[in-house]
Amino acid sequence: MTIDYTIFLISAAVAVFGATMMIMQRNPVASVLYLIVSLVAQAVVYVQLGAIFMGAILIVVYAGAILVLFLFVIMLLNLRANPELSAGMPTLSWFTRTAVPVLLIVELYFVIDRVMLPSAPTGMLGEVEDNFGAVHDVAIKMFTDYLYPMQLTGVLLLVAVVGAVVIARRETAEPRKTAVNPGDKAEKPSNTVAG
Amino acid sequence: MLEMILISSAKVIAVILAVLTGCAYATYMERKVVAYMQHRIGPSYAGPYGLLQPLADAVKLAFKEDIVPDGVERITYAIAPIASFVPAMLIFAVVPFSSDFTFFGYDIPGVISDLNIGVLYVLAMTSLGIYGIVLAGWSSPSKYSLMGGIRSSAQMISYEISYGLSIVGILIIGNSLSLTDIVSQQASESWLFFGNWYIVKQPLGFLLYLVCAIAETNRAPFDLPEAESELVGGYHTEYSSMRFSMFFIAEYAYMIGVATVGTTLFLGGWNGPFLPPIVWFVIKVFMFMFFYIWLRATFPRFRYDQLMQFGWKVLFPLALLNTMGTAAWVVLFG
Repeated sequence: MTIDYTIFLISAAVAVFGATMMIMQRNPVASVLYLIVSLVAQAVVYVQLGAIFMGAILIVVYAGAILVLFLFVIMLLNLRANPELSAGMPTLSWFTRTAVPVLLIVELYFVIDRVMLPSAPTGMLGEVEDNFGAVHDVAIKMFTDYLYPMQLTGVLLLVAVVGAVVIARRETAEPRKTAVNPGDKAEKPSNTVAG
Repeated sequence: MLEMILISSAKVIAVILAVLTGCAYATYMERKVVAYMQHRIGPSYAGPYGLLQPLADAVKLAFKEDIVPDGVERITYAIAPIASFVPAMLIFAVVPFSSDFTFFGYDIPGVISDLNIGVLYVLAMTSLGIYGIVLAGWSSPSKYSLMGGIRSSAQMISYEISYGLSIVGILIIGNSLSLTDIVSQQASESWLFFGNWYIVKQPLGFLLYLVCAIAETNRAPFDLPEAESELVGGYHTEYSSMRFSMFFIAEYAYMIGVATVGTTLFLGGWNGPFLPPIVWFVIKVFMFMFFYIWLRATFPRFRYDQLMQFGWKVLFPLALLNTMGTAAWVVLFG
């Protein structure tokens, strides 16, 4: 067993563990933390595959920005672990509790079996080009072969942002009446003249 | 192989020790500099000129009682100081602190690890550092902590974008993400030794980096997460003893971290005439730190909405402008 293989096994196990624990938590903050654990482990897998840029971006964008935003929202709404969620839950009969998971697992088996994932190419890591996944190569691909998809994704994100602003704005459509400082009102006319 | 591991470990230990000592004496420097700026003397009892003050502080903090208040979310509360401290220390793994040197016949590169995505790594580590603060605010059963945590997450998300964009200009000119490459690009043989430093080619980028770095490290005048006049202590209100001191060390380690990265990116790293590289590096980092402390003693704290407006409506457009301007320049004249 080589060092690479061991590292892969560990990080893959941690990634799966983090993902599983994430959906099993009642405490939303704990969920986010497990997701971070999973993401960091996934980044390790990416780096091992030579996709260093992907690994770094996974940490910078997902772990560093998006999940911070999640935490921010959770804290702003002050969502604590809710014991009522488990206490007041209607209990399921033992039949439903066992039959549904068994059914799902059997289904999963058949789906995986039917789809027949393509077998991994032989001599996996050795045959990749040296600079595969390096920033330079990713950039070249992004700005030549995949130029239009890239730009369109940008437009899509922009539309999403505008949409979010529109939805957030609707509730406070009326102009705000409160001035931040009492002095603001007095100063306004002179500002408009100057500007 | 074994030799390599030993050399690397020795370097890691040396850098960690240097950074921790640096953190301790950064607190001393801060107190002393601010004191003189305010016409006071500052710490002066422990040792000559109060030089042993950081040591006394450390001993004092270590012997304080570790109080865990009622109603904390225990696991997150325990993780938070570590989550703050570890990424701060990890930044130094990619910062080239000296040129390659020979030590007892071994050729030793002046950096722990020359990652070819060093700049991205630094950005990743600075963005991970926020978790410690957010989790500390969340797990403490205190309004002040929660407010501090919320403020800090909003602040760091806002300033991180400009922080990253302020560096992009250098990446466009230098065509590399490796910090070692960026330093060697800034070397110059002529008498004008700072002619190739990126601060000359990217003055706006440097200013943006400086401002965003202060906001990223929660320093005055952007220290709203721990604004003592309104939030007691902010996110670390409920922490005591060594856990508190871990936050404290982490904050100073971040300061030194962004100072070393700023030195590497904009001030030519260890490049400089006459003196040995490591000395130049320390001098530049020292200047960065002094500037930080100087700012703290000079400016009052921003109001929260001013901070947000400044980040999104001034810094962010300027950073975009700098990026586009640099790109246009490189395409047209480069």
